[in-house]
Amino acid sequence: MAESKPKPKVRKQAVPIPKQPPEVRKHNFNEVALGYTEEQALEEANRCLQCPKPQCIRGCPVEIDISTFIRLLREGKYDEAIKKIKEKNSLPAICGRVCPQEEQCQKMCVLGKVGEPVSIGRLERFLADWERARGFTVPEKAPSTGKRVAIVGAGPAGLTAAADLAKLGHEVVIFEALHLAGGVLVYGIPEFRLPKSIVQAEVDYIKKLGVELKLGYLIGRTYTIPELLKKRGFDAVFIGTGAGLPQFLGIPGENLGGIYSANEFLIRVNLMKAYAFPEYDTPIRIGRHVAVIGGGNVAMDAARSALRLGAEQVCIVYRRSREEMPARKEEIENAEEEGIICKFLAAPTRFIGNEKGWVKQMECICMELGPPDESGRRRPVPVKGSEFLMDIDTAIIAIGRTPNPIIQSTTEGLAVTKWGTIVTDENGKTSLEGVYAGGDIVTGEATVISAMGAGKKAARAIHEYLMNKK
Amino acid sequence: MYEILSVRELAPKIKLFEVHAPEIAEKARPGQFIMVIINEKGERVPLTIAEYDAGKGTIAFAFNEVGKTTKQLGTLKEGDRVWNITGPLGNPSEIRNFGRVLCVAGGVMIAPMLLQIKALHETGNTVVAVVGARIKELLFFKEEIKALSHKFYVATDDGSEGYKSLEFLKDVLAEEKFDRCVAMGPVPMLKTVSEFTKPFGIPTVVTLMPVMVDGMGMCGVCRVSVGGKMKFGCVDGPEFDGHLVDYEELIKRQRMFLPEERLSSLLWELGGCGCGRK
Repeated sequence: MAESKPKPKVRKQAVPIPKQPPEVRKHNFNEVALGYTEEQALEEANRCLQCPKPQCIRGCPVEIDISTFIRLLREGKYDEAIKKIKEKNSLPAICGRVCPQEEQCQKMCVLGKVGEPVSIGRLERFLADWERARGFTVPEKAPSTGKRVAIVGAGPAGLTAAADLAKLGHEVVIFEALHLAGGVLVYGIPEFRLPKSIVQAEVDYIKKLGVELKLGYLIGRTYTIPELLKKRGFDAVFIGTGAGLPQFLGIPGENLGGIYSANEFLIRVNLMKAYAFPEYDTPIRIGRHVAVIGGGNVAMDAARSALRLGAEQVCIVYRRSREEMPARKEEIENAEEEGIICKFLAAPTRFIGNEKGWVKQMECICMELGPPDESGRRRPVPVKGSEFLMDIDTAIIAIGRTPNPIIQSTTEGLAVTKWGTIVTDENGKTSLEGVYAGGDIVTGEATVISAMGAGKKAARAIHEYLMNKK
Repeated sequence: MYEILSVRELAPKIKLFEVHAPEIAEKARPGQFIMVIINEKGERVPLTIAEYDAGKGTIAFAFNEVGKTTKQLGTLKEGDRVWNITGPLGNPSEIRNFGRVLCVAGGVMIAPMLLQIKALHETGNTVVAVVGARIKELLFFKEEIKALSHKFYVATDDGSEGYKSLEFLKDVLAEEKFDRCVAMGPVPMLKTVSEFTKPFGIPTVVTLMPVMVDGMGMCGVCRVSVGGKMKFGCVDGPEFDGHLVDYEELIKRQRMFLPEERLSSLLWELGGCGCGRK
């Protein structure tokens, strides 16, 4: 009987991941978290209870067989373990780093009830890094179906859909508007959280699956969706163009110099490598005092990048309180460890410039929290007469991104919501035959992994569609 | 990689590149632009399309060798390649029979203006053209534009050829009736032309090329105030109602990165940035 077995001793604390010390890392763009050593990975994997009915899998948007890969890992079968992950996820080195595991698989882990859950993300990262160091093996592909699929956008959704469709034997071409593949992984998430060489390696893996990558093709301009289907010989299209449009505050002075959208700031730094100016051509100017407006992961990324670019003081200004901050807890902690200040319950009301048109001050108003709004979070209400001034050289506006409108406006008959997102069924099918969509372009700004999950579902639906088509 | 098929020096430090880009050539229309990246470390530079030929699979663009990237582009020869070109971007110009159209072009933008005038001419417009530059040596495409124009004027800042400054336009506008004005050139010129046409109520379209990074609506650095509303040069433009643009703000925004641009350009002239790359 089960009760007679000796109970395994449960280690309540997770093995911590080695990190660059805050004092060191705030001066460089190298990765903050250094990853588990083999010894640490095994120690952490051994904490897993190997539940007969693993809950963790239910928390994974791409349905990785987590419990099995952890078992293989602790048996030392790293090769089989990473293969197990890659059955479901073609981008493990990325997911192991940027997935909000605490909200997904790790939230479901039963160990979490008595202590810290198994660090599934760190183990995934360990295996992905182990594999990359040895060179990828390309999995077997299904025989060619003779069908061609165009993928629009080389972000997490598009790359995932491309990999899955290629494995199923379809000919896949990705059209990416920027000059590098990766979407938000290259233009949005900073080097210190996700090294670009890792994104490149994962993109190379997808190319090894036979996927063709066309860079600098803005679909909607260079070709339209109907042209891809009717003139360019594609049997189906997947749209994964993301939410890449910046939102501004709409307050006076916003067009002064020194005020960046988070997108501009991060594109300059990440995609164009402005931190290496003038070796790279694209410049960035940072100044001494930086204010970042917003409380999400993008705000954290922008603030921590500003610090690394040499800002003396970086202050995050958020209109709600710490509890409502949408950023990952880990990222808030990382930012604060590095010396970033969070100013809660305040919102900018105007920017004041100098005679050269450069921002010098930001006027803010204090907020207090009222009853919850539609989002379920308590609505911030301005406190009358509580305005105050902050001296700043740079402001970065990180209050969210909206969907790219170009495809919607150039594709007749494509159903779109009032927010500009594309309407699909639960499998990513749009109102047009043979046209599928997924990721932020459907849901609005969300996570890398949810976009990957959507890419995966759509790939399945596209495969079914192509196989049933005469 | 995009191969340069021919290089033409239009004026000192102003070059016209014809490149092989069949997919862009097929889609390009007057008024649109491309983003050019010279190499892996390059910046993304917006340049207005000056010619396209879908049959030959070519497009052409002109540039003025003023900054680091344009100076570097200027060293490229026929047969060399640029790393990436994305396009066509931005909204095409509205081209139809307006009637009498006043076309004012200055500096390097004379090149895309020729394309514009060709299209306006073909759709039956009567074109009155003005080309201008700082000094007469920087003028080009005079004969080509003259051949398509009902009337043709030249202006230079120093008066070395044609009229000195654009002041004469006031008289032209007082004497003749126009249904539309199209202006392409430096921002102060666009501002002047818009100020001149406003009292006559002539619809005036100006082409704006603010600082851009992606050129596809993602970064918002190209934001301009038009009629008090925030617009993006890349996706809402590049053409705007000249009477509604906040030119003072635009001029300040164009100078935002001037010190960095100067540094980059200087280092380039001194033989690279110190990283061992020429």
